[in-house]
Amino acid sequence: MAILVIAEHDNATVKGATLNTVTAAAKIGGDIHVLVAGAGCGAAAQAAAQIAGVAKVIAVDDAAYANQLPENMSKLIAGLAANYSHVLAPATANGKNFLPRVAALLDVEQISEIQEVVSADTFKRPVYAGNAIATVQSSDKVKVITVRPTGFDAAAATGGSAAVENAGAAGDTGVAKFVGEELAKSDRPELTAAKIVVSGGRGMQNGDNFKLLYALADKLGAGVGASRAAVDAGFVPNDMQVGQTGKVVAPGLYIAVGISGAIQHLAGMKDSKVIVAINKDEEAPIFQVADYGLVADLFAAVPELTGKL
Amino acid sequence: MKVLVAIKRVVDYNVKVRVKADQTGVDLANVKMAMNPFCEIAVEEAVRLKEKGVVSEIVVVTVGKKDAQEQLRTALALGADRAILVETEVEAQPLAIAKALKAIADKEGAKLVITGKQAIDGDNNQTGQMLAALMGASQGTFASKVEVAGDSVKVTREIDGGLQTVDLKLPAIVTTDLRLNEPRYASLPNIMKAKKKPLDTVTPADLGVDFTPRTKTLKVEPPADRKAGIKVKTVDELVDKLKNEAKVI
Repeated sequence: MAILVIAEHDNATVKGATLNTVTAAAKIGGDIHVLVAGAGCGAAAQAAAQIAGVAKVIAVDDAAYANQLPENMSKLIAGLAANYSHVLAPATANGKNFLPRVAALLDVEQISEIQEVVSADTFKRPVYAGNAIATVQSSDKVKVITVRPTGFDAAAATGGSAAVENAGAAGDTGVAKFVGEELAKSDRPELTAAKIVVSGGRGMQNGDNFKLLYALADKLGAGVGASRAAVDAGFVPNDMQVGQTGKVVAPGLYIAVGISGAIQHLAGMKDSKVIVAINKDEEAPIFQVADYGLVADLFAAVPELTGKL
Repeated sequence: MKVLVAIKRVVDYNVKVRVKADQTGVDLANVKMAMNPFCEIAVEEAVRLKEKGVVSEIVVVTVGKKDAQEQLRTALALGADRAILVETEVEAQPLAIAKALKAIADKEGAKLVITGKQAIDGDNNQTGQMLAALMGASQGTFASKVEVAGDSVKVTREIDGGLQTVDLKLPAIVTTDLRLNEPRYASLPNIMKAKKKPLDTVTPADLGVDFTPRTKTLKVEPPADRKAGIKVKTVDELVDKLKNEAKVI
């Protein structure tokens, strides 16, 4: 049986999380087909065909999928699923939105946010904010799975030469309408894709002080995140939140500035390769997970660090 | 309009859970339990809609053991009108819960269902979406703003990199994200009043739902340990370590 991977894309390009999901599919084993459903998504379908290890791309180009609304996406995917042993999507805001709906239409449980493939029916996934790792086995006929991108290496974006097959749309349910989108504009890398992440916490004192972190991040080519405490205090918007209730990141280098290290924050970053903590409180729990800790006033240390890089 | 709010009893979010030595799960003995934080936000949103006159009745429901009555009483104290416990000793999985919720939503004729985006124990983030699929209804997940107007609801959603707004025909399912609202605390008089509000108990069999788990948990382990590293004394030392030891910059 083959595996269907649902691509995360913006019609023009395929998003990085798709590459990690393809790797998860390869670990399960079987032919990998990628579904690119969108409107005017020809370029994204071509890009998906280049991904190493992909056997076939199914392109569904229809106005009903312009914004990949879950009502329409789930109907389409559930219709295709009968031919597959597994249906995988990245555990992004988008994948988490439509995939449980697919599972319900197929009358199967979904396995959320796997970080390891043990066998074709057994997977490891974090529960309790990553404070425990559960090994779960599915008895359902079709395994419907979201994949935590940080758990798997990215497949090579080029080197493949899959055939692109066009497939028909499954219709518009008409119950939901896209109104608009407000995307934060930034030249910095997206948090979940960044190789280096600089995050600030309550110790930043206000939103304006985050400019210290932006300066450091720009020197490093890093993304900028925040703890829930900083978001709750209104310093920065919620889409910057790293943690159990925000984004989960695992960059090569994570620099936590003025972050105490609440359980909820650690859950979102403790798989980073190298963690640096800068905090004036030497008792802060963040130092218990940091590879390099600097007990210092961030308002002096951060500009100094920026200057010395 | 009647609104159904689905909540869950979970380990309090401040508790650091520990895995049991026999790897069968996490140790829940003598651990503080509470309403799932996202579900508190769901209750609060329903109460605000009632205060605005959009909603006429709030029915709060949970699936779980008898002691989940405690969280239903909390929801009643916060402003829900009546409560339903779907009582089961089985650890219910999302699809089964969604089926139970559908049976109740149908029976109650609820046009709007509000629930948390995920429970902080299983971290599944599935039930609302599954319920929407089973009802053939629209869904507004990860909501940061909810505006009901006539027979539709406009939902602003937290997505990767920003916000998305969708217009949903009722019936609709909304799942809450952190920024939707700040839940109130229950006042003592309201806690007292909540004790007199109706709380019904039904069984999965009453609803015609099979709760047999489809996904089996083979074992639960603590995550790989991360050891504390070293403290550096100066920024210069930090830069040196990052360049020459960790080689990450």
